[in-house]
Amino acid sequence: MVNTQRNYDAIVIGAGHNGLTNAAFLAKAGLDVLVLEKNPEIGGATISRELHEGWKYSNCSYVCSLFRPEIYQALDLGRHGLEVVPLQGSTTFMQNGDYFGSYHQGPINRREIRRHSKRDADAAVRFNADLMKWCRLIRGFLLRTPPDPASFKMRDAMEFAHLLKQFYKLSESQIYEFIRFFTMSIAEYLEMYFESDVILAHYSGGSIIGTGLGVYSPGTAYVLLHHAMGDVDGNVGSWGFARGGMGSISKAIAGALQAHGGAIRRDAEVAKINVSGGKATGVTLTNGEEVNAKIVISNLDVQRTFTKIMEEKDLPEDVVTKAKNFKIRGSSGKLNIALDGMPSFPALPKGSPLTLGHMHFTDTLERLERAYDDWKDDMWSQDPYVDIVIPTQYDPTMAPPGKHMMSVFVQYCPVEPEGGWTDEKRDAFGATVINQIADYSPDFKDLLLHAEVRTPREIELEVGLTGGNIFQGELTLDQLMFNRPFPGYAQYRGPVKGMYMCSSSTHPGGGVMGAPGANSAREILRDLGKDNTVPEDFGDD
Amino acid sequence: MSATQHLDFTQIYHHSPFHDRIEAISQVKSWSAWNGVQTARVFDTVASEYFAARSTTSVMDLTPMEKYRITGPDANEYLNHLVTRDVSKLKPGRVSYVVWCNDEGKVIDDGTIFHLREGEYRLCAAHHQLDWLLLSAEGYDVEIEEETFDIAALSVQGPTSCSVLTAAGIDGLDSLKPFGLIHANLNGFEVCVSRTGFTGDLGYELWCDPEHALAMWDAIFDVKARGLYDVRPLGLEALAMVRVEAGFILPGDDFNPADSTVRAGHDRSPFELGLGWLVNFDKPYFTGKKALLAEKQKPTARQMVKLVVEGNKLPVDSFLFDRKNGKRVGTIKAYTWSPILKANLAFAEIDTKNGVVPQEVWAEIYYSKELEWHSTWAKCSVTDKPFWNPERKSMTPPSAF
Amino acid sequence: MTNQTVVIGGGHNGLVCATYLAKAGHKVLLLEARDQLGGPASTTEFAEGFKSSVAHVLHSLNNKVATDLQLGQAGLERGEAVNTIALSADGNHLTLAKNVVSGNGLSESDLATYANFKSDFQAYAKALEPLTMNKPPRLKDMDTQDKFTLGKLGFKLRFGLGKDNMREFLRVGGINIYDVLKDSFESEALMGAIAFDAVMGHHMGPRTPNTVLSYLNHVRGEIYGDQSIPKGGMGQVVNALESAAKKAGVTIRTNAKVAKIKVENSQVTGVQLEGGEQIAATTVVSNADAKQTFINLVGGRQLDAMFSHRVKSVRAKGNVAKLHFAVKGLPKFTGLDENQLCQRLIVCPSLRYAEHAFNAAKYGEFSKNPILEITIPSLKDASMAPDGHHVVSISASFAPYQLKQGWQQGGDDFIATVLSVLEQYAPGISEQIVAKEMLSPVDIEQQYGTSGGHWHHGEIALDQLFMMRPVYGAAQYDTPVDGLFLCGATAHPGGGITGIPGHNAAKRILSMGGR
Repeated sequence: MVNTQRNYDAIVIGAGHNGLTNAAFLAKAGLDVLVLEKNPEIGGATISRELHEGWKYSNCSYVCSLFRPEIYQALDLGRHGLEVVPLQGSTTFMQNGDYFGSYHQGPINRREIRRHSKRDADAAVRFNADLMKWCRLIRGFLLRTPPDPASFKMRDAMEFAHLLKQFYKLSESQIYEFIRFFTMSIAEYLEMYFESDVILAHYSGGSIIGTGLGVYSPGTAYVLLHHAMGDVDGNVGSWGFARGGMGSISKAIAGALQAHGGAIRRDAEVAKINVSGGKATGVTLTNGEEVNAKIVISNLDVQRTFTKIMEEKDLPEDVVTKAKNFKIRGSSGKLNIALDGMPSFPALPKGSPLTLGHMHFTDTLERLERAYDDWKDDMWSQDPYVDIVIPTQYDPTMAPPGKHMMSVFVQYCPVEPEGGWTDEKRDAFGATVINQIADYSPDFKDLLLHAEVRTPREIELEVGLTGGNIFQGELTLDQLMFNRPFPGYAQYRGPVKGMYMCSSSTHPGGGVMGAPGANSAREILRDLGKDNTVPEDFGDD
Repeated sequence: MSATQHLDFTQIYHHSPFHDRIEAISQVKSWSAWNGVQTARVFDTVASEYFAARSTTSVMDLTPMEKYRITGPDANEYLNHLVTRDVSKLKPGRVSYVVWCNDEGKVIDDGTIFHLREGEYRLCAAHHQLDWLLLSAEGYDVEIEEETFDIAALSVQGPTSCSVLTAAGIDGLDSLKPFGLIHANLNGFEVCVSRTGFTGDLGYELWCDPEHALAMWDAIFDVKARGLYDVRPLGLEALAMVRVEAGFILPGDDFNPADSTVRAGHDRSPFELGLGWLVNFDKPYFTGKKALLAEKQKPTARQMVKLVVEGNKLPVDSFLFDRKNGKRVGTIKAYTWSPILKANLAFAEIDTKNGVVPQEVWAEIYYSKELEWHSTWAKCSVTDKPFWNPERKSMTPPSAF
Repeated sequence: MTNQTVVIGGGHNGLVCATYLAKAGHKVLLLEARDQLGGPASTTEFAEGFKSSVAHVLHSLNNKVATDLQLGQAGLERGEAVNTIALSADGNHLTLAKNVVSGNGLSESDLATYANFKSDFQAYAKALEPLTMNKPPRLKDMDTQDKFTLGKLGFKLRFGLGKDNMREFLRVGGINIYDVLKDSFESEALMGAIAFDAVMGHHMGPRTPNTVLSYLNHVRGEIYGDQSIPKGGMGQVVNALESAAKKAGVTIRTNAKVAKIKVENSQVTGVQLEGGEQIAATTVVSNADAKQTFINLVGGRQLDAMFSHRVKSVRAKGNVAKLHFAVKGLPKFTGLDENQLCQRLIVCPSLRYAEHAFNAAKYGEFSKNPILEITIPSLKDASMAPDGHHVVSISASFAPYQLKQGWQQGGDDFIATVLSVLEQYAPGISEQIVAKEMLSPVDIEQQYGTSGGHWHHGEIALDQLFMMRPVYGAAQYDTPVDGLFLCGATAHPGGGITGIPGHNAAKRILSMGGR
């Protein structure tokens, strides 16, 4: 039983994967930690739920690639039940009945590219090498605390020196190419390599997932990295499924947390962070109960943290303004679908392994961009970009034998359509997506047993991701690195003493990565003068 | 609108036009991929294949080598802008070994340019180059087509190769000089024969329409069936031995091709590879010229060299030192035991002293004795000449057997 | 060999650069392809008795350039300051001056925010001045000048702006104007009017990241002075530049179109004119954009392959069509008096309007409801039109260079579209029109030789600015060809009638001893 009289060393608000990671590292350092979760289940957006009998949905996040192997190892997640199965390949179906597939095996992959463009098959060599350069650079920044460019502190200066050193390992032309990559649109970046429409569309998709930008918006090339720099067992760029759904990740981290003596309390929604004398002293729950702690860490996004569970009087004025202006517009929807059997995709040859990977139906940059135009006008895309995976093809735990679960990530879906969301509109959105799938899979509708349709409204209401933004804050230059979540607050410390942030609103941002939680723990332990339990980047030199 | 041409995803490797024969002749079914094409590592034993190349005749499928057809009014000027060597005077019927660089003067790949007929060129490359070749075409009226699988090619190498091919029915080889090519008739179809190769010995490469690939193969092996000369297929493992003996470096194995190098400074210039003789600054502008001129102003910091390693221990991935237990000055990039020279041979990259290559270095060699590891030192001497360079390689006409 | 410097192109930057070089003792020959100088800034007759120029508002000529070249003495009058009037169909217009905005219905908060907003941006522009007025530093192998530039920039950012403003600048610098405006303002009309200056002349909508930067590029002019419509049109500016150039000893040849830049052994040797005339030169300075200079004039044969590829990948898709209407009588705009008609009028009633206008351009279509910049230069200068007549000069966007149906086909439709929008603000104007001319981006490319007909010779975007403008390897005004330099808007810091690229290029040429 949780003793509410007890003064905890630390309280973490929100049992999402970053909150749990943060708490686990604190507990590992010997702190008395309590995680408070408003829902009856832990995991936040890293969750598996049974919404249709016999089926488990990873109903928010659905794949994992970015999760830091350093954290996996340091928290011993394998022994706490986590198993990540690499996901192989991807397909873009074309309107003319053809398709483009990415295969895991190099020679086959090359032949498939050649089927569409001989030149592109060779350009892929140059593209992959270049992408790897930027991956190597950025990955080294993930498990580090961003320095403050306006600060004169020794530590910031040293960190800057470190970053510059990494940067200067590049050649001069690589430095310029990196800046270009960092600032260009994915479409225009790819057009410097590839000529085939479907290949351009296929490679662009990753750059708009979760993003309120179009393929022609500058800054999207970098987002590609957010999806491409992950790795599973050293295979950079490959994505993976957690066996049993994404909830398995949360469960494993929770297991590690508990093994180190930390506690989790469910159905415990925090109403407010208590501040006294300019210092965080604990939290008050919605039922009025107060829980005291020496420090409080919020895993909620910063808008929620500073406008919902903290009082304006306790905060500097600029933080409130910055929190209100924090860009956290959702742009994605999700369908989780229970299927009576494996749907067919007649465009693919019999026995094709491509259904094991991601599937998309948007075959030109123009269609991708037009999908974005709808979102800018507060509408869901009439011709959306979907990212489909069917994990039950190799995870037997998520559906009854012979049945399947399909996860459909949908780009774009507005935070709020004109006049607000209604259930009818939500279903109309769902129908748009289902019809698109049915265009490529004639038996799909017949197999459909149940579909959970989630718009940003559902995502926000259930998980608490403001605006339904899956990254807890958009990944644009104004909200990256030392600007994340806002300038001057990028080092995980809140504006109130004893208060910290550990959500994806902080560097390095969204994705089931664990890095914000880990980085935050490192800063906390540093402030407390405790031994650091957070691992360093493996490095890949 | 044509129907979708599916890819056979059950077949990881592409099959060359010689596939049926290669599959049939393989004793040990040991396969690997070369540019995505199924290629034998070994056909029966490495030793028999090696000695075929050195004492009789070996045959290897060259189809996987990347081939590009370059035509159009500016073809020659285009190629001259592409590569570092002056190829402006390359006559029809001649072949030239070349390297090409990126803007920074780092080698992207090496290969050979065949001037097939007036204004008609073929560029053979180790790696995929279509993207780079097209990128390099700005300002030239030229057509560039990949023809890797439109041409079937065999490499026929060894001291008896001229006799074998003559016996197979190809005329005119007697007067064909090294780096020359002729168009010949073989049993009614056209074969282009060039006196080129990768073994450092007498040898030819044969090029024909894939439609005649099997006929070409059969014509050659028929010479063996007739009991005239021994002819054996050559696998990649034996090739790796003969190419080191011959002193040929391999992009991707011995150095990183610049277009796929990730880390800054891990790519190499022609000077660093000991290929400075391929760079001509007196010809019109070529890609990388400015960078190479600038590089030439300074002494080369490191260089690829050929080493003879004393003793009988193979210098597997060894580090090199200036003396026993001294300062580390380099690493081995490729190595082989040479059965014909009875010596360990290697390519190594070593640091120069103000541009001067040290003539002697020491390798620290790790080796296992019945699963127990030991280390030893071996003296290595730098040599400028190919390790194996027999007179017969360049004799015209070649000696008859 | 004669020790001659040839400047290719008599646009304003070419003139500025030529004059600086001549003043420093170079023997300068300036070659202009057309029959008059000034490029798009020149004044031409588009119908009998009616004159106009493609560029028509002078808001950014750099003070240092004007002073150094004594343009005042050479006859340059900046003209009175003009305000921007954001039109509303109901006559409820907003008037935007440098730091003050007025208009019915603007909230107190918006009025106050506008002043702060503008002064913030002007402060950012000032902080960037060390970068603006020098060659962009290289990021490796820096020379002393580069280190000095970066040091000064760092100092100005940290101490000129102060900690908070520096942070804010680093935050907003790379994003879109839409988000910044939405965070600051309430009035849609005001946001539209501000966004107008961020997107006009670019291939961007208000929501495109980089629009803060393009807006900053626009605001930079304001730190040099007020925007104005010069007396005698932009041609007057060109005349002043021309006489300054001549006074400095520059030889000017018009109708001299350069066909080729001659290069031997990576060293420039001169130029060849159309028609074959050869002119030897030890230094050649090109006012043309990167694609024209490297791909068309130098040619890929003299360059590294990837460099050519980079140049060809420079994004320079023009989106502005210039329309000149000769009108009988003075047009009437709802709610505007004659004095207001002298101002710069814009049509961009909201962010969404601008965004929709841009959407079309992405797909090779012109906007159904374009954004417009309207001036009536004949009001200030009667010589522009016959008595009782006026010239209405309009820049209309988005009119994409690569129009799907082609401009031959689509030109008339676009004129009609612009007129129908114009009619909403100036009912009856169509009837007053006696002659008209439209220059699509394709026409502008053909007439002035700017690739893509782009206002700025290349998109103002982070990947094409500073040490990457136009491309790295040619971003410090010198190029891979020894003795060949860039001096136009294609180079740092980009477009607008600033004269800064010309100034910086001259400085660079002189510091390199012409090589």
